[in-house]
Amino acid sequence: MTAVRVGHLYPDYLNIYADRGNIAVLTRRAAWRGHELEVAALGMGDAVVPGEHDLYYVGGGQDREQLLVAEDLVRKSEALHEAVGGGTAVLAVCGGYQLLGRGYRGFHGEDMPGIGLLPLETVAGERRMIGDVLLECELEAGEKQTLAGFENHAGRTQLDPGSEPLGRVLAGFGNDGESGFEGCRSGRVIGTYLHGPLLPRNPWLADWLLAQALAHRLGTDEAPQLEPLPDELEHRAHEVSAARARSRGGRF
Amino acid sequence: MRLRPPLALEIAAARGVAALSRRLGAGGGTTIPGKLLAELDRDAIDRLAARLATGTAVISATNGKTTTTAMAAEILRPRRRLAHNAAGANLVSGVASALLSAGNADLGLFEVDEGALPELMRRLRPRAVCLGNLFRDQLDRYGELELVAERWREAVAALPDGAQLVYNADDPQLAAVSEGHTGSVAFGLDDPRVARPSLQHAADSKYCVHCGTPYDYAAAYIGHLGDYRCPRGDHARPQLAVAARDVSLQGLDRASFLLDTPEGSRRIELGLPGLYNVYNAVAAAGLARALGAELEEIAAGLERFSAAFGRFERIAVGEKRILLLLIKNPAGANEAVRTLVDGGAPQVLLVALNDEIADGRDVSWIWDVDFEPLLPALRALVASGGRAAELALRFRYGGLDEGAIEVEPDLGDALDRGLALTPDGGELVVLPTYTAMLGLQRLLASRGLARPYWERSA
Repeated sequence: MTAVRVGHLYPDYLNIYADRGNIAVLTRRAAWRGHELEVAALGMGDAVVPGEHDLYYVGGGQDREQLLVAEDLVRKSEALHEAVGGGTAVLAVCGGYQLLGRGYRGFHGEDMPGIGLLPLETVAGERRMIGDVLLECELEAGEKQTLAGFENHAGRTQLDPGSEPLGRVLAGFGNDGESGFEGCRSGRVIGTYLHGPLLPRNPWLADWLLAQALAHRLGTDEAPQLEPLPDELEHRAHEVSAARARSRGGRF
Repeated sequence: MRLRPPLALEIAAARGVAALSRRLGAGGGTTIPGKLLAELDRDAIDRLAARLATGTAVISATNGKTTTTAMAAEILRPRRRLAHNAAGANLVSGVASALLSAGNADLGLFEVDEGALPELMRRLRPRAVCLGNLFRDQLDRYGELELVAERWREAVAALPDGAQLVYNADDPQLAAVSEGHTGSVAFGLDDPRVARPSLQHAADSKYCVHCGTPYDYAAAYIGHLGDYRCPRGDHARPQLAVAARDVSLQGLDRASFLLDTPEGSRRIELGLPGLYNVYNAVAAAGLARALGAELEEIAAGLERFSAAFGRFERIAVGEKRILLLLIKNPAGANEAVRTLVDGGAPQVLLVALNDEIADGRDVSWIWDVDFEPLLPALRALVASGGRAAELALRFRYGGLDEGAIEVEPDLGDALDRGLALTPDGGELVVLPTYTAMLGLQRLLASRGLARPYWERSA
């Protein structure tokens, strides 16, 4: 048994789209493989100690809550960069995804700083992008997987040239409704707009993140292979969600 | 130039459509005539409302608006002839339909959708407005809570001085919204014995509306509703004018409380369960009082009241019973769970999750509901509706054994399965989302077990 240590950033502020569902999925899927997930809340003013966690999770919040945490996150920025440099994995969803970029430019000029952990910027748009989404991802060469979720964001996220999106949009808006891409991936760091929550209906991504976290825990470059689970309910839920995206995913 | 048809002609045309809709079995005709009227001439709503001799009153809230409105109607009915959208059609078209069938009514009493409130306040020019609560709900449809609150703030600021504003002071957001109107009336709960030990996971407005510091709660009742105070002194719950004190919750059947008003106090025995219904009752009392009802009338009306359509219903099926409780967002579903657990948690549960527009297309909210208190007693879960598998995952990752979960997306199959699992003399608890509830009502009606909703809501 290995204890996987998760640092959950601002669970009191960033929790709007049922982010605790993602944590529940990671916890159970680790337990079913005989590992224990230890989840620590990292709130306002709490120190981030590089190397102390194997995975960071940042959820989404309403604009007001997001603004309240943005400044505090900047104070944690240096430690988070060091932790990620040391191989800690990160999953950031929706508002958390925006905060990992260089910043958010509001519609009325109100700006929000980011920490530049991902090579991207976000600018507010006039119309919200709301609806079911389906992506095709290839996190490991030759292993194509689909990711199904729900998006609800006003921000248009632009990736820097040459950086790697999380996936190609099969249905729905994605990062900006135009590029045909969604999310961003940099090594073991994943940022995405997809909630719903993300992991219950996309168990392959939950396992990928667990494997990355275990690699950090064990100090290996190569992520360990996790024992497969039947995932029958998960696949049924994925199919329904994917079908919704194909039939009613958003587009301009 | 656009020619405006005579109002009488529009009314006749719209009423004809309602009758046709019912004869075709397409539903109760509760919104179709209003939709037609809104198409023909949206301003007709303003003119129809102006015909009501003593004006209109509107009620809006995320949770409880149908029940609160029905309670207020029960209080007012002996002395008033009401135009009331009792079937829950609460958009502009639904209110227009209720106005069309108002007959000789003298007072309009309307529940109003949160998104439609600003337009309807502008058109109806209500003499009284009741604001119940704002919780996270259908973010895909309404947007963030702050946006709804901001639009309400503007609507309240535009209210004429003479209009009565009755608001839930236990909701920090509504207390802030109501600051824009002079002479508003605060209602709320005052009984720390029925408070939650801590703020729930899904609590929304828990940071000071003025400075962003987390509130200190002397008592947290439902979600973020409670007796709050900003530790920096920037905001606190206003003094309550109408309050429920000394609350006693009696399982799945009853609740009672002391209703405290400036005119005196009166013990109320409510034939409905749960703290959320105590909130609904205090809201209805506050509104009825603003419309001139006396304390004795308020007490009598509340005690006569039985559940509004589909919100809480028991239906006999042979030797078994079905208990139906609508769920639609975390705050409401948490209260349904708390009420079930207080009354003895069920062994067999059917939860039906749909994702139509009226349910919210984004189903992530089920992960914010605290279903966990139901798990220790639960022997079988039947997951149903369009997103049945997703719901099953919610319970599985919550800790329910996979062997206890059955997935039956079809409502009819799920109902059969749930009843088969329920022992004779037992009760099948059913928690449906809105369109699943309508589907179940149709199903039960077609099996001769319940009357269609448009016949019962009058």
